[in-house]
Amino acid sequence: MITGQATQLKGRYDVVVAGGGPAGLAAALGAREQGAQRILVVDREREAGGILWQCIHAGFGLHHFKEELTGPEYAQRYLEQVLEKEIDVLTDTFVADIDRDRRLKLMTGREGIRVIEANAVVLAMGARERTRGAVRIPGTRPAGVMTAGFAQKVVNLHGYLPGRRAVILGSGDIGLIMARRLTLEGIEVAGVFEIMPHANGLSRNIVQCLHDFDIPLYLSHTVAEIHGRERVEKVTVAPVDAQMRPIPGKAWDIDCDTLLLSIGLIPENELSRQLGVRLDPVTNGPIVSSGMETTMDGVFAGGNVVHIHDLVDFVSQESLLAGRNAGLYVTGNRPPTDNIRLSPGENVAYCVPHTISSERPHTIYLRVRRPMEKCSIRFGTVLEKKLSYVFPAEMVTLTVQPKFLENFHGDALSVDVVAR
Amino acid sequence: MTDDRISHYLCIGCPLGCRLEVEEDARDTIVEVRGWSCKKGERYGRQEHTDPRRMVTTTVGIEGAALARLPVKTSQPVPKGQVTEVCRLLRTLKVSAPVRMGDVVLADIAGSGADVVATRDLS
Repeated sequence: MITGQATQLKGRYDVVVAGGGPAGLAAALGAREQGAQRILVVDREREAGGILWQCIHAGFGLHHFKEELTGPEYAQRYLEQVLEKEIDVLTDTFVADIDRDRRLKLMTGREGIRVIEANAVVLAMGARERTRGAVRIPGTRPAGVMTAGFAQKVVNLHGYLPGRRAVILGSGDIGLIMARRLTLEGIEVAGVFEIMPHANGLSRNIVQCLHDFDIPLYLSHTVAEIHGRERVEKVTVAPVDAQMRPIPGKAWDIDCDTLLLSIGLIPENELSRQLGVRLDPVTNGPIVSSGMETTMDGVFAGGNVVHIHDLVDFVSQESLLAGRNAGLYVTGNRPPTDNIRLSPGENVAYCVPHTISSERPHTIYLRVRRPMEKCSIRFGTVLEKKLSYVFPAEMVTLTVQPKFLENFHGDALSVDVVAR
Repeated sequence: MTDDRISHYLCIGCPLGCRLEVEEDARDTIVEVRGWSCKKGERYGRQEHTDPRRMVTTTVGIEGAALARLPVKTSQPVPKGQVTEVCRLLRTLKVSAPVRMGDVVLADIAGSGADVVATRDLS
C-alpha cells in the first residue's frame, strides 16, 4: 500500500517509522528483515523518498549499490524494495505527536486526525536547512533570499528559476551543487562565499561544480549586508577577521537578485523533544545506543535526525541498523544493553553511537572539530587507527571489532584524534 | 624531470577526492598517473588529462504528471565542453507522462553519442 488515505490504516503496528526519506525507507527494510510483521512508514509529502527526488545530480549509492546513481534513482530503488516487502507507506500525513506509550497522532490531508499504536517507533524525520535567522545577516528583508535546498526544489521539481543573478553564502554540498545547477539553467552565479578558511563541501564538488564553470569561491568571506526593498538588489560581501567579523574597509557590493543560503542543516527533533528522548547538545539529535535506540524504551532513530551525514549511503546504513534493532525489539530478541560509553575527547566534536557493547562489532561515526594531517584516532588505549587527514566537513567512519575490547574493563572510553 | 610535465587533478569518481598527478614525457605521452586509491582514479586521471568528460544531469518538461519537471541524465559522460550545450538543448524539450526510469527521452544528444534517459518513474 502506498497511499495518502488513512482509512486503510491498522490500529496497531509492530513498527511505525516517522519519515519516509532515505532513513525511514532503510529502517522499514531493516525491521522487516528481522521479522517485524506490520510495518508502517509515515511521510508528510505526496510521495516517500524525501530530499532525494530533488537531488537530480549523480553521486549517490557508491557504497550501497556499488554504482553511481542520481538521487531519484536511489529513491526509486529503495521505494521499490519497500513496496515489494509489503511495507505500508502512508503519505500526505504528518506525525503530530508520539507519546510514551508509543501512540502516534497522525494528521492526514484528507481524513483528519487518527491515532495508532506501535510496539516500536523509528524516528527518521531527517533535517531541515538553517535559514537567514540562524546567521543573522544584517540588511533589509526583500524577496530573493532563500535556502539552497528550497531553490533546488523549485528548480528541479517545479521548473521555476529563482532569479537571474545569484550569490551563494556557504560552501556546503547543496550550495555547490546549486551553483552548477543555476549556471546550467542560465542563471549567473557571481560567487560562493564561505566564512570558514576551508570549504565545507566535498572536494569533488568544488571541482565539478565550481572549477568546471569558473565560479569563484571566496574563503574567509561572508555576506555582510543584504540590500533591496521588494527584491534583493545587491549584497555587500567582505573578508572576515580572526573573530569571523566582516572587515568593513575591505567590503564590496555585488549586484544580484538572489541570495542562496547553504549554511548547514539542523536535525528535525520537535517530535523527539515532545516525546522526551534525551538529545546530545552537539549533534542536536537523540543520544543513541549501539542499536540506535534512544533513551526511551522501544524508540529508535537513524539518519540525519540523529546527526548530519555527508552521504546518503551512510544514512541508509545507520537507519537500516535502527530498523533491524526495532525489529529485534518487537520480536523479543533485543541484544544485551551496552556496557561502554564513548566520550568525545581531543579534537572530537561527537561520536555516534554514544554507547557500545564489548560483545559486538560496531560502526562508529565521528566528526572532528578542526582539520589535521597525519593523525590517529585513539579509543582509550585499546585501539589506535592512523588517518592521513581529517576534516570537519568529512565524517569519519570506522569499525571497532569486539576483540579490541577483550581486555578493557572500564565503562567509558575516551575517543581522541591526535597528531602522530 | 621538470614539473611542467606533471599536471594535477582532483578525482571526482567518489567522495574520497584523491589528488592525482599525471606525468607526461617529452612527446606528451602519459607515463604515469599517481595518487589514486582505486582503478577508477587512474582511469579518471588519464581521461581528464586527454579528453575531460562529464555526466550531465538536468530536467526536462513533462506534461500530464504530478510534477512539472522530469529528472534525466546522459547515458554516458559527454565532452566537458558540451555540457552547457546539452543542458540548453534540453531546456525546451517536453515529454508526456507516464515515463519509466531508464526510458530514453532523446537519443544521441548533440551528436555526443550519449542518450538522455529518465532517472525516475513519473506519472
